[in-house]
Amino acid sequence: MNWKRVFKSTEFYVAVVLLLLCMAVQIKSGQFFTGNNLVDITRAFSIPAMFCIGEMFVIITGGVDVSFPAIASMSMFIVCSEMEHMTSNPLAFFVVAMFIGLAIGLINGFIIAKFRFPALIVTLGTSSICFGIMQGVFKSREYPLCAPLYELGQTKLFSVTNSVSGLTSDMPIGVILMILLIFAGWFILNKTMLGRGIYAIGGDVKAAQRAGFNVFGILMFIYAFSGCMAGLIGVLRSTMLLAVHPNNLEGLEMTVIAACVLGGVRMAGGKGTVLGALLGMALLTIVDNSLILLDISTTWQKVFTGAIIIIGTAASALQAKRDERKLTVKLNEGGK
Amino acid sequence: MSDYIIKATNIKKYFGGVKALDGVNLEIKKGEIHCLAGENGCGKSTIINIISGFYTPDEGIIEIDGQQYDHMTPQLAIASGIQVIYQDLSLFPNLTVRENLALNMEVAAGRKFVNKKRMNSIAEAAVAKLGLDIDLDETVENLTFGMRQMIAISRALLNDAKLIIMDEPTTALTKREVKTLFKLIKQLQGQGIAVLFVSHKLDEVFEIAECFTIFRNGKNVATGNTKDLNQDKFTFYMTGREIVSTRFEYTAENAPVVLEVKNLSLANGFKDVSFELKKGEIVGITGLLGSGRTELAETLFGYHAAESGDIIIDGKKVNIQSIKDGIANGIGYLPSDRVTEGLFLAQPISDNISIEKWSDYSNVLGAVNRKKVDDMTRQWAKELSIMLHDIHDDVGTLSGGNQQKCVLAKWLALDLKVLILNGPTVGVDIGAKFDIYELVKRLAKQGLTVIIISDDLPEVLTNCNRVMVMQSGRLAATLSTQGLEESRLAELAN
Repeated sequence: MNWKRVFKSTEFYVAVVLLLLCMAVQIKSGQFFTGNNLVDITRAFSIPAMFCIGEMFVIITGGVDVSFPAIASMSMFIVCSEMEHMTSNPLAFFVVAMFIGLAIGLINGFIIAKFRFPALIVTLGTSSICFGIMQGVFKSREYPLCAPLYELGQTKLFSVTNSVSGLTSDMPIGVILMILLIFAGWFILNKTMLGRGIYAIGGDVKAAQRAGFNVFGILMFIYAFSGCMAGLIGVLRSTMLLAVHPNNLEGLEMTVIAACVLGGVRMAGGKGTVLGALLGMALLTIVDNSLILLDISTTWQKVFTGAIIIIGTAASALQAKRDERKLTVKLNEGGK
Repeated sequence: MSDYIIKATNIKKYFGGVKALDGVNLEIKKGEIHCLAGENGCGKSTIINIISGFYTPDEGIIEIDGQQYDHMTPQLAIASGIQVIYQDLSLFPNLTVRENLALNMEVAAGRKFVNKKRMNSIAEAAVAKLGLDIDLDETVENLTFGMRQMIAISRALLNDAKLIIMDEPTTALTKREVKTLFKLIKQLQGQGIAVLFVSHKLDEVFEIAECFTIFRNGKNVATGNTKDLNQDKFTFYMTGREIVSTRFEYTAENAPVVLEVKNLSLANGFKDVSFELKKGEIVGITGLLGSGRTELAETLFGYHAAESGDIIIDGKKVNIQSIKDGIANGIGYLPSDRVTEGLFLAQPISDNISIEKWSDYSNVLGAVNRKKVDDMTRQWAKELSIMLHDIHDDVGTLSGGNQQKCVLAKWLALDLKVLILNGPTVGVDIGAKFDIYELVKRLAKQGLTVIIISDDLPEVLTNCNRVMVMQSGRLAATLSTQGLEESRLAELAN
């Protein structure tokens, strides 16, 4: 391991800030490193963290996907409202939602990869269409969760009770899915040629083409993957809330993108690690969840989140700017 | 077996109705260093793309090592030992040296998973070919252009190359890097590899190539030994016109001093620089990259604020802290990178030329009078003979030479006292180059003082009456160009 490179990485700085924040909360409240708080944070972290994996794939290729909350919401709402009386197998709900998400993802991927349209605009369009279909065709509204998914949602890995406050927190079963998805994301990016292709496209599309990478196929894959995972995460989310909230995820795309950038994923493409994106998301989640432990009113949450995003991204942008125009002439100090 | 690695005969290629290649021939012997020259749009890139299999010719025969084909495919070209080093190098800036060297082979082998060990052995084999000493874990974007080029060449050598095509490889290199590259090309030749060297710099062609082929408008105009070539012939073949370059004669020896610089210093830029420029002089500044020449120009223009020393214009001491101050004091600057620093490529020609005049052309509400803008643009386009279809086209649609003229026009529209040109003819065709030289000389005759910063010593010698040499941030020498030998100047500049 090259420690010099580790110390220079964004991941290192985000990890340090994260650690300092945790310590601060612990010192102030004594409640951070308690079992039930950690479970609560993991619970809040799991859904956005899963979205981060799909999103970072897209950003590394130089694109951006803002449609996943809409895809997740629509797939989730369709299966929950239409399949209620068809099956009692919770797995079926997940599979169908994943297929719906996959279909939208393929549409995104096809338009972006084939015509090289800007990904932001294309996914903005599909996002609007998905929300529109959900509202217009399926008359979306808050809805009780059907029995098979409700049962699944009540299953927990384990529970932790805080001895001081007496509060109990359950670790949802979905955490297993999160761990699997994180591992899959890490494996694809680092251990497969597909992953190298994702980085190669973000570095230089033309060079990737000349090198023989199937650029069209890789772009199709990442948007399809993002869509498919959105379908899965949408249903998973409903089991964690134990209700169908069609508009609950709206706006999450910005938090997820911000977390990726905060963790060192380069918006222009080509750079980023799973660890970085997750650290970025963890930082945002902990700020969100821990302000209350610091006796700061939750109404200030958004201000802190915004400030962290700006400071975090500005720090790395400033670093890049400084490197760019440094004067480097070695002067002959001795005179003529 | 044939003596020729490649023989392309009567190649024709049309794009839509436009003839890109009109029956050209290109023959390269095994192990030969061959130069392909021609102005922009002459068909150089088209023939490269045909040989490397990216374009299919409409007519013609390609013979590789005695084997005849009516067209190539990228796979076939690589299998036949043909490798192209593109101008942009086709590297992945975000990946490590190791990955850049190994990825292409791994993709070609249809690998599904990353194998660090195998990639490492490929990368080590590649650097061993050239004996490069480099950290394989370094990210490519942190390397100099010269080093990146070496990586691209090493990668090309992995596939048992017999012919390496280098598309204008010296454009982005420093003098020293060019020397290293030439040594390397000779080394490749020693291994029996032929090199097709695309360039339009005559001194380079003389130095490295044995044979040459020149294209003009999609046709062969000359082929032969570089020994039989000279500057005038070379220019004529490329442009199709007789260009007589006249040496700049400065006659107004008693003219007043326009710009005086006294003990000017900038941290990590230059130190104790003093000189005087008279009205109507053209003065060259040369020196290695990193000698402080660009920093000096940028300080006069106001991009950097000098730490100490005086800038005196027309006998009055002025305070230049920002670009705004520089322009207000009559100083214009044509940056070395016109694309990123001098022009808005995706904006109309008219707006690019007139931008510095907008405050004069706008009313109280800030609305710009388009008629004045258009009139002014037409006038300057005529004056500088800028070749354009419509003044409202994006400036990015013009050729390099015409883009450079637009940057010039922008400055000439102001009432300048001193115009600083940093590498004014880099990436500019020979024909447009001479147009720019003639224009600069004409402007000097009209009383403008010009500074030309350049690596190109013949350019400095023919167009300037004096030349200043910078070294390690110091002004090392100031010489009259009268009777100055190029070799003497080269000695001083290095």
